[in-house]
Amino acid sequence: MSTKHIDINSLTVGDLIGSRTFTFTRDSLVRYAGASGDFNPIHYRDDFAKSVGLDGVLAHGMLTMGAAVQVAIDWAGDAGRIADYGVRFTKPVFVDAAAGASVEVTGKIGEIKIDEALVRIDLTAVCADLAVLGKAQAWVRL
Amino acid sequence: MCWGSANFKPIWQTRAVVNINVQGKKYPATDPYLVGREKIREFASAVFSTSATSHDVDAAIAAGYADLVAPPTFAVVIQERSLHTVLADPEADIDFSRVVHGDQRFVHKRPILAGDELTSVLEVASVKSLGAHSMITFNTEIFDSANELVCTAISTLVVRGGE
Repeated sequence: MSTKHIDINSLTVGDLIGSRTFTFTRDSLVRYAGASGDFNPIHYRDDFAKSVGLDGVLAHGMLTMGAAVQVAIDWAGDAGRIADYGVRFTKPVFVDAAAGASVEVTGKIGEIKIDEALVRIDLTAVCADLAVLGKAQAWVRL
Repeated sequence: MCWGSANFKPIWQTRAVVNINVQGKKYPATDPYLVGREKIREFASAVFSTSATSHDVDAAIAAGYADLVAPPTFAVVIQERSLHTVLADPEADIDFSRVVHGDQRFVHKRPILAGDELTSVLEVASVKSLGAHSMITFNTEIFDSANELVCTAISTLVVRGGE
């Protein structure tokens, strides 16, 4: 299907497939709000975030989820190969108006199903030393 | 949507957070959503995707697709349309100012492509109590214009209990 070919027999559980650091700024949040249609002001207005008891503006969980899987997509070669992708939102990503926020994503091979040509990529996403996604797993069709 | 949604109410307005009786309730199919190329490019850029098949039509076709490939989490846009029907349902009585996105999963039978016309059908899979909070899980099935299943989106929202 894709121009990139990965030999499933060459893979080992635990192999690192890639890592990437994403810098979320307020611009990223506004861009994601527009692209997704999620205009909840907790993602762009400090005063509103504080009024509902938050420490400040935070990233859309779906932005973190959507960015994290890019590590698996970049490895697999194309977005159409992700058969199944799930995460748990464990911690909010607070995005400072000036400094933004850094989310460091790492992907490893978690499971290999040779008969079905499926590989599970386990992703970790860390911001300010805290895991912001839990059980982030993407099944890739090879 | 996560950590709250469009329909804001003051946090001090307390009430029962979710009506347990909506467990198993199915909501009617949404109007078709036509997936456009520029929408895919816009969404892909917003999630930091540089994947050629999401940006370049020739690359998508060379990879065997009919058109641009949406990132896997693009299905949330379709899921949202169904969630809004639940929001508007007085029977469900969900106070979305108290909602936190707990977890999310997308199971793709095939990727969403530019040109797809998608409808979605949402079912409330479960409503559970967790101390003062409620957890509500939605299964949203997304179909193409041939009525073939494209993706199932599974979303759990945590609704914080009243103080």
